Amino acid sequence: MPDYAWPDQEHRTLIGKRITRVDSPVKVSGQAKYTYDVHRPGMLYGKVLRCPYAHAKVVSIDTSAAERMPGVKAVEIVQKPNANIHWAGDDVVAVAAVDEPTAEDAIRAIQVEYQKLPHLVSDAEPPQGATQEEGPLSMNDIDDLLDNQVPNRQIVEKIQQYGVTEKPTEDKLKSFKSSGANDAVLNALREATVHPEAASRPKSNYEKAAAQTVGDPDKAMAEAEVVSEGLYGVPVITHCCLESHGTISEWPDADHLLTHISTQNVSGIPGQMAEPLAIPASNIHVHQDHVGGGFGSKFSPDRWGIFTAQISKKAQGKPVRIMLERDAELEVAGARPSAYARVKVGAKRDGTLVAWQSESWGTGGPGGGGMPPIPYVFTIPHQRKEHTAIRNNIGPARAWRAPNHPQAAVLTMCALDDLAAKLNMDPVEFFGKNLDITKPRQDIYREELGIAANLMGWNEKWHPRAQNRSGNITRGVGLSLHTWGGRGHNSDCDLTLHPDGSVDLKLGSQDLGTGTRTCILIVAADTLGVPMDAIQLEIGDTTYPPSGGSGGSTTIGGVSSSTRRAAVDARDLLFAKVAPTLDAQPDQLECVNGRVGVKGDSHRSLSWKEACAKLGAMPITVRGTNPDRTKPPDLTNSGVGGVQMAEVEVDTDTGIVKVEKMVAVQDCGLVIDLKTAESQCYGALIMGISYSLFEEKVMDPTTGRMLNANLEFYRLAGFNDIPELVVHMMTGKGYDERGVIGLGEPPVVSPGAAISNAVANAIGVRVPFLPLTPDRVLAALGQKAGA
Amino acid sequence: MRPFEYVSPTTKAQAVSLLGASWGGTEILAGGTDLLALMKDDIVSPKRLVNIKNIRDLRGISSSPQGLRMGALTTLADLADDAGIKKNYPALAEAAIEAASPQIRNMATLAGNLCQRPRCWYFRNGFGLLPKDETGNELVADGDNRYHAILGNEGPAKFVSPSTIVPVLIAYEAKIRLEGPKGKRELPLEKFFVIPKSENEREHDLGPNEIVTEVVVPPVPNAKIAHYEIRQKDVFDWPLAVAAVALKMQGSNVESARIVMGYVAPVPWMSPEAEQALTAQPLDQETAQKAAEAAVKDAKPLSHNEYKVQLARVAVKRAILKAASGGAA
Repeated sequence: MPDYAWPDQEHRTLIGKRITRVDSPVKVSGQAKYTYDVHRPGMLYGKVLRCPYAHAKVVSIDTSAAERMPGVKAVEIVQKPNANIHWAGDDVVAVAAVDEPTAEDAIRAIQVEYQKLPHLVSDAEPPQGATQEEGPLSMNDIDDLLDNQVPNRQIVEKIQQYGVTEKPTEDKLKSFKSSGANDAVLNALREATVHPEAASRPKSNYEKAAAQTVGDPDKAMAEAEVVSEGLYGVPVITHCCLESHGTISEWPDADHLLTHISTQNVSGIPGQMAEPLAIPASNIHVHQDHVGGGFGSKFSPDRWGIFTAQISKKAQGKPVRIMLERDAELEVAGARPSAYARVKVGAKRDGTLVAWQSESWGTGGPGGGGMPPIPYVFTIPHQRKEHTAIRNNIGPARAWRAPNHPQAAVLTMCALDDLAAKLNMDPVEFFGKNLDITKPRQDIYREELGIAANLMGWNEKWHPRAQNRSGNITRGVGLSLHTWGGRGHNSDCDLTLHPDGSVDLKLGSQDLGTGTRTCILIVAADTLGVPMDAIQLEIGDTTYPPSGGSGGSTTIGGVSSSTRRAAVDARDLLFAKVAPTLDAQPDQLECVNGRVGVKGDSHRSLSWKEACAKLGAMPITVRGTNPDRTKPPDLTNSGVGGVQMAEVEVDTDTGIVKVEKMVAVQDCGLVIDLKTAESQCYGALIMGISYSLFEEKVMDPTTGRMLNANLEFYRLAGFNDIPELVVHMMTGKGYDERGVIGLGEPPVVSPGAAISNAVANAIGVRVPFLPLTPDRVLAALGQKAGA
Repeated sequence: MRPFEYVSPTTKAQAVSLLGASWGGTEILAGGTDLLALMKDDIVSPKRLVNIKNIRDLRGISSSPQGLRMGALTTLADLADDAGIKKNYPALAEAAIEAASPQIRNMATLAGNLCQRPRCWYFRNGFGLLPKDETGNELVADGDNRYHAILGNEGPAKFVSPSTIVPVLIAYEAKIRLEGPKGKRELPLEKFFVIPKSENEREHDLGPNEIVTEVVVPPVPNAKIAHYEIRQKDVFDWPLAVAAVALKMQGSNVESARIVMGYVAPVPWMSPEAEQALTAQPLDQETAQKAAEAAVKDAKPLSHNEYKVQLARVAVKRAILKAASGGAA
């Protein structure tokens, strides 16, 4: 059996080194082509008419004027009369025209009559008595869930948990299927318990899930020697991809579709477009070279992506492009659910955590949303948790980098930090004392806490909250812990050795800017003993072997494992061909520094080119797969720990917070490229500072519209807002042998909690909600002054 | 894009003759940094654009014993770079640098800065300057008014005056010169700004068929002048409060003061109360604090912007203390 295991430290030539990403030159020189840069011959421009109301019914649509306009090539009604619209900005009609201004004029020429319906866009604490226990689902509820793009898995869970109010007809099931329900949903509906008596139940925006209890929280809280209570939360933010969502579709012939799309999920797109377009997935060719940000919001072709194909068909197959405008990008193309909680947490006098109680709420838009995993990281022995999901009209949520974890970190780590302050304990000591309930990662956290404290200069900087003020400028430090899974996804790749010594490697993965190309090349080059630039890597195309979507920190584990297996197999095939020439057994051979030779005998070797010539006339291609139980060991793993610390300066006269320094200490198993791994952490810290200080999707209560769907009032951190960032990756013994684990999510989890805790340390009082804007900071200071 | 007519006159008289008698039909194009975005967002849709960039008389900066003259087309970059302005009116040069990013400063003009439309997010989302929904509800009072006015907000106008340069110019006692079909007129700059009471009015006293031709500033007064802006982000962000002060001294006491706030009211807001509080007083933390309190004494915050009262207070106090310690660097 070939040895697929990762080489140990002394046998690695590239893996784990600090290597510059291979696509830097094309990116900094502007040669890298993003989907936004794709301009096909004869391309038409698509635009979407969006509903101006947060909740409405379409009464009538008149597209005749638009259809008569010169230059307008296709008009597609997306939501027909009687359709219910659940958020402002939802798509109603799509058009394609010869240029953008004409398409915009066509949109303006379309007359739509709406019946406005009452809307809710607030996610404020549910009023007393307004909440309703979740119950059996009506067929309208199912329609709404599908309309609102709630993931099928969650719909199945709801159906199984609560049942339905009536048995669905086969026709109804068929209509669900065309609205996006998969077989699991349809089967769940067929098998669901029917509660006809629940059909008359009036609908509330506030759905309260059953309380979850662990141990005996009442007794434990009563017996706790110190109890801290607080209010914490994070608002809805948007993904705000700098390259907006968008697609360019064309039909080279009547049966085949070519789609350029800005996506995190190249291989997964055809399967999602096939059914609405009624063609086989195998007839859909998807291509993408580079993507300008996704953060979890670009897994689906989206309705507008489907429109590009539909209106292209109406326009004789000409390429049709829809890239979202900035306002649409912020309104409809992705939002992170909010989460708020009233938390009560109890400990012994020595700091040992004993009890947790939380009443949380939040919204993920029309679909409601679940409770973040609280208490986070710390398995407090006694818990009571109640969560209310707010279903409102702000637009659908999408996975945002480490779904639910940044929220859980704020709700938990801020509550624990307040408890530490009440105990008058240094948080490093307090969190350190409770690491036993972070199993199985207690040792990792302990080591990371020590390193982080050193890098921050914590002992010199931390002070009790009471002793913080002199003048209007005050400083503080805070910390947070986080975790994530990150096991590698399913990924296939094809590696070809050519008799002339050239090597190519193909897989349908995508590089989100994280260094995926670089890491694949590192693994292949390290294994084959050739330089990285000797390998021709092709990704981002559905003609290559399928590789999973880049979400949940799964890419690096998937692509590195399949690449390793392919490269080991290719290398061993080469050894078998070369061994007779070198008068050796294949297992005596090695390939290093571009030569294939006998281990320990430098005189018996061939250059890489000479060795490959032994392949004969034909190239050989091998398929690498992950996971692959037939080719052990498992090369990827799951479960990481990280610790972050923040130092802030607050102007207590203006409430303006400046982050002065951040430290991120992170484990992710075996690091493939130290440099791009560190870059992931730098990027996460920057994104974290941005959501901690600035980002918020502001909704107007009266009109139900987003007020800041632009980059002037949807603020993002800029250069001046980014302080000294210190990143330390945990590597070496105890880490490397775990295998490769993803890193996209974990470092973005903690900044909100760490920065909020630093502000509390600086000003002596908790600012309950992110972002930490001057109004919120001044309000908290005012309450402190008045207390 | 809706079709429109584009005209490019070369004289002030031609420009005036090409403008309309009422708002809406015609817009003046200079740097375009605000107007083009408003057109793309369908907030304004003029039938005619009058490009004034080819009118030479509107250009240039000149100094004389009578003071400083800045043509309407002077760019913010010109203001920031001009040696005379940097030497004699340093607070103006500083305000020009802080007003925008370098790309915008190279395009944006002085007159455009004075006439730019409010950043109010209801206005920019198409709900009007005095925002109402279809049923006539006033949107700002019931909505998210965190960035809106705390002074002068009793009427339907609740936006804030968006220029950060205007408060400084008013502190320098600038005058604005206009030209229209009835000839030329000159106004103290603070009189140029008005609070509109209906959707047909604009936020300045410029006739629909008038153009701004120049701004003049008297010779540098023997005064301590400074401005202070509070922004959440250091750069590329709209301020939350702005203050500019000019303090004429008699010995170590203030003889007279001009105190102007920006981003607090639909117009640049002069505060006679604060000016009064400083008159005949020495300059120190205590008197600066009293003047700052006086400046916001009559503030009436809306439902979500009480914090702006504190920010305006701090801006005034810090501007006074900055002027006392020598003003702009």
